[in-house]
Amino acid sequence: MATIAAVPSAPADALPRQQSLFWQFVKSQPLGIIGFLVILLYVVCAFGAAWISPYDPEAIDFGAMLGAPGREHWFGTDQYGRDVFSRIVYGARTALAVGILSAVVGCTVGALVGAVSGYFGGRIDNWIQRVVDIMLSFPIIVLAMVVVAVLGKQNVGGIDTNLIVAIALPIVPKMARVARASTLSIVAMPFIDAARAAGFSHSRIVLRHILPNIVAPYLILVTAFIAQAILLEASLSFLGLGVTEPTPAWGLMLSGASADFYQTAPWMILFPGLAITLAVFAFNLFGDSLRDWLDPKLKS
Amino acid sequence: MLWYVIRRLVMVIPTLIGVAIAVFFLIRVMPGDVVVVKLRADGAAISEETIQAERKRLGLDKPLYAQFADYMIGLAHLDLGKSLWTGESVLKEIAIRIPVSLQIALMSAIIAVAIAIPLGTISALYRDTWIDHTVRVVAVSGLAIPSFWLGMLIILALLSLFNWLPKIGYVPFWKDPVANLAVTIWPAISVGYRYAAVATRMMRSSLLEVMREDYIRTARAKGVWTQLIMRRHALRNAMLPVVTVIGLEFAFLIGGLVVTEQVFNINGIGKLFVDATARGDFNLIQGLVLLIATIFIFVNLIVDLLYGWLDPRIRLT
Amino acid sequence: MNNEVVSTLGNRALVEPASGPAPSRAGEPLLEIQDLNVQFVTSHGTVRAVEGLSYEVHPGEMVAIVGESGSGKSVSALAVMQLLPAGTARTKGSVRFGGRELLGLTDEEMRKIRGRDIAMIFQEPMTSLNPVLKIGLQITEPLTIHLGMDDAKSRARAIELLTLVGITDPESRLNQYPHQLSGGMRQRVMIAIGLACNPKLLIADEPTTALDVTIQAQILELMKDLSRRLGVAVIIITHNLGIVARYADRVNVMYAARLVESGTAERVFGRPLHPYARGLLTAVPRLDRGRNAKLSTIDGAPPNLLNPPSGCRFRPRCRFVIDKCLEDPSFMEMEPGHLAACHRVAEIEAIDTEDRRIETASKASVNGHDDDSILAIKGAKKFFPVRAGWLRKPKLVRAVNDVTIDIRRGETLGLVGESGCGKSTLGRLVLRLDDPTAGEILFEGVDLAKLDRGGMIAVRKKMQVIFQDPYSSLNPRMTVGQIIAEPIRVHEILPKPQIPDRVAELLQLVGLFPYMALRYPHELSGGQRQRVGIARALAVDPRVIVCDEAVSALDVSIQGQVINLLEELQQRLGLTYLFIAHDLAVVRHISSKVAVMYLGRIVEYAPSDELFANPKHPYTKALLAAAPVPDPVIERTRPRTIIKGELPSPLNPPPGCVFNPRCPLATEECKQAVPPTRELAPGHSVACIHV
Repeated sequence: MATIAAVPSAPADALPRQQSLFWQFVKSQPLGIIGFLVILLYVVCAFGAAWISPYDPEAIDFGAMLGAPGREHWFGTDQYGRDVFSRIVYGARTALAVGILSAVVGCTVGALVGAVSGYFGGRIDNWIQRVVDIMLSFPIIVLAMVVVAVLGKQNVGGIDTNLIVAIALPIVPKMARVARASTLSIVAMPFIDAARAAGFSHSRIVLRHILPNIVAPYLILVTAFIAQAILLEASLSFLGLGVTEPTPAWGLMLSGASADFYQTAPWMILFPGLAITLAVFAFNLFGDSLRDWLDPKLKS
Repeated sequence: MLWYVIRRLVMVIPTLIGVAIAVFFLIRVMPGDVVVVKLRADGAAISEETIQAERKRLGLDKPLYAQFADYMIGLAHLDLGKSLWTGESVLKEIAIRIPVSLQIALMSAIIAVAIAIPLGTISALYRDTWIDHTVRVVAVSGLAIPSFWLGMLIILALLSLFNWLPKIGYVPFWKDPVANLAVTIWPAISVGYRYAAVATRMMRSSLLEVMREDYIRTARAKGVWTQLIMRRHALRNAMLPVVTVIGLEFAFLIGGLVVTEQVFNINGIGKLFVDATARGDFNLIQGLVLLIATIFIFVNLIVDLLYGWLDPRIRLT
Repeated sequence: MNNEVVSTLGNRALVEPASGPAPSRAGEPLLEIQDLNVQFVTSHGTVRAVEGLSYEVHPGEMVAIVGESGSGKSVSALAVMQLLPAGTARTKGSVRFGGRELLGLTDEEMRKIRGRDIAMIFQEPMTSLNPVLKIGLQITEPLTIHLGMDDAKSRARAIELLTLVGITDPESRLNQYPHQLSGGMRQRVMIAIGLACNPKLLIADEPTTALDVTIQAQILELMKDLSRRLGVAVIIITHNLGIVARYADRVNVMYAARLVESGTAERVFGRPLHPYARGLLTAVPRLDRGRNAKLSTIDGAPPNLLNPPSGCRFRPRCRFVIDKCLEDPSFMEMEPGHLAACHRVAEIEAIDTEDRRIETASKASVNGHDDDSILAIKGAKKFFPVRAGWLRKPKLVRAVNDVTIDIRRGETLGLVGESGCGKSTLGRLVLRLDDPTAGEILFEGVDLAKLDRGGMIAVRKKMQVIFQDPYSSLNPRMTVGQIIAEPIRVHEILPKPQIPDRVAELLQLVGLFPYMALRYPHELSGGQRQRVGIARALAVDPRVIVCDEAVSALDVSIQGQVINLLEELQQRLGLTYLFIAHDLAVVRHISSKVAVMYLGRIVEYAPSDELFANPKHPYTKALLAAAPVPDPVIERTRPRTIIKGELPSPLNPPPGCVFNPRCPLATEECKQAVPPTRELAPGHSVACIHV
């Protein structure tokens, strides 16, 4: 062993050994944990709907129609006598399935497009940005509605894949924008130059050096877009363009309640809306604290 | 600055053309036969002749480039075709309904900006106090509460508390301001809440970031007192990203209108769009999407120009 | 961007040294700091940023506070002004200004003092001015706030101040915005703002660190001159020992939150008492010392202020440590006015004989084999187009403009120049991270531009790079081991099972422990990260390494370690270096040959010692005049010709000789054509028609 230069003392200023990441998160982000727990609650509802809900969500019972919340029906019943509580629990399935799938698909495609655009620059970047600009000129619900109108329905294993495409599509350009900006800032860093100077291939640089550094903003945005996707699905179903009867979906439950039942059965309006709000709230909360937690580490 | 303005204006043109093309292809080039979808939506089996007849009627039997040429020429004359449902000119259908939607949109924007700036500022100034926490919770709710549900809650509240339902007919503002407001204020609030929430959050975070900047430290070292630092040094810098976000969020505003007009039964372009989509009235859909995108592009243009004017780094280079 | 020529202090060059006799210290001190303690409460624990600091500043004096990062020097200044974040900072002790205790004052009372009696200027002129407010407003603000001046009076005073700091055309400047001024001009504006209300004390926190060498000299000369003329005391906080030697009357050396030595500049530099100060002065490369003196270094790194060592903070790194050092040392006054906090102060000079040995020890000179050119750059040009709008011609940034140079195998070519001179761009051309607009770059006789992908990869194994910023030159998501192993893996230099051993070997080669292969970059210090960068470069067994400001971001005491490491590696492995830097002393020390660049062209090229002993080109002379040497005796007697003007933008280089607007020897002829490079002495070439 050479005695080349001074043998440095153990890094006295190194950060303390990493505790388990999970516990670090819990300690520093209490709000995020609340969000996470609520999300967990919904997931449980989605998977365990059959065990949790007291009634079959599609079971019609004209004898009990428009019943106020009580011991028999915790959230009351709708105009067909269906149990609102059960429909809300089952609704979590639709919301989460559609929401998560479309957000993940949209974000992944968007991230790849943005990363490629940012990494290669030049003409590829210019053209992709043109397309992204155009797609961003449409409000997401407008874009989604057009896709729905044109594609119609396509049922694959119980899920309307066209609906997922319709919701994922507007997410792609939004994610692409952010991914491109992230990529540009990473490409400007010297370690990318070092990789190029070492003769690494483009694919290695993108896969091994760029994408892992985009993971953090990606995760944060995915949670934010899941929230948006849930909202979008609810809006589309409300308009009759998303999930259709008799599938239980929160937005759908609200559209069924329009106009006629404001005074007679306000619970039909309150509970589905609360379910949507709470879900979106939870994902936003979780995403916000994820960002607060990951960002400072990224910066240092 | 002049160059900036000209360059921005010129950039709009290719985007508009691109949008027009995109709208055209979005509808026509999607997999699946548009006509079949439309006819099927009415239920029952359709015969092949009916389908062909309908295509001819819609002009969909012409080759694609011919359709495209018709389309672009029509656009140049501001002729958006005829509604497949009512037979009226698309332009006319839109023109009747635009005033109310525009008014609601403007009202929401005004409400939003008027609330967001002071609220966001206070929230930043009193960071981590109960004021801040309250504002933040209220703002996050604005992101979470669907605007159409908020509208329904408002109606619910009005009914149960005052036993009063907002009227349906739209009266132009100059004819009868009170009647006008009685109809428009509720959707404006429903849609404006989210808009205000986003702007508030941006104002808060922007101000907090500005307060960390070096030039604020210089101002303190000069002996400037906190209030003056806020007013003179911080706010102007903090406003810049807020201006941008206001432009971007306008898209959400329009999206919110689409759904909220349903709730309040307002006969605006939002409701028109929903009806058109449900009926498969593709000319109307096309025209509306084009209009909405154009509005959005121009709003962003104005916002960019405003930004360029506010920021001397852009104004004077 | 405005790039007019701004003259400083009139058109004549300053020839006589700007220091008169130091102001007398008799009488009451203006600022008296006693036992100042500052702690920060953070989520990781309590950081003791300043401990037991005591010093005085007398009217009209220039006092320097010297230290490396983390020494507490900036924090102490902010504590005087009470600009520390109220939530997390706890300040104790006594700060008396003009007899008045500052630490107990309310915020409103303190506010009245800030900017009026005590002013402060900061490091980054780019961000320290508000970008959306006019310059005029920012200067008149303290006038209206503290002195209640009306618009007309404050405007007149602002113009007076701008003239005082050497800004031409002050009336029109008032209406301009910060982004329309250059860095040097912005710092002048900051000084003007600081002096607006005629303060008695000006605190300058690293005021020139972000500026180029020649601009740095202008600003410091200005500050010294104003300090003398107006009788303003100045506290200058810096890590640059040369600046201290040239300008300061008194020096306070801080280490790990404590004051370790205090005295006049002559005494502290001439006879340093504290082992840290002694170490620092020998570790710093000096412009007036030849290459052959090896840098003595201080082992280790500054301590973590969350958990500092008990007793003397320097104990873990000190060569003279004894048991007593576990107790906090008190200050001993060895000669009047010269104190040091060390238990062994009295005997230090006797026991420190190693000092002298190292000074005379010469490293084996690495001079390169004369006829073996490993890297030949011929007429290289690199122009970057800049979009200027639709109807305008695209402008060109002429980053590298016709550079021809040879690097011999085994030597170190130092490439030196200020910002915008193109040295980094040239480095990138050599590495083929960018392609030249014109010209050839030959590596071992083969033109890089003509190589296909396979050929280029083979060359890449022989050429590597070390970057400046230890923080962003390593992928934060990979462990140290993965970073070093990656090139070995990709180029299949060794079979997989042998790679971990090689990684361990490389780590030891650069002075790190093998266990560090499991750590992530953010867990290491700056110096350690830089070593990892070196190890990564060595992994492919290269012949040439491009060092792009490789030591510029490191603290002085760490810098020396890395420089020595680079030199030893060069000897051992027969490496060739292209060493790009702006610090002349470092370049002189490490290079065998030096090329000076200005605005994309090479103006002078010579062996290192020859260049610094006999500079021929006016720009080289100006650079050397502007760079201070850490020796007050030499500095006091050195004539100072401060070059005037700003660095022109590479978008718009002057016609003919690019240096002519600022050159004292310039004539009409200089504007006609680019001067050819002539060889004045063997191996020494200059591009100037007047030498």
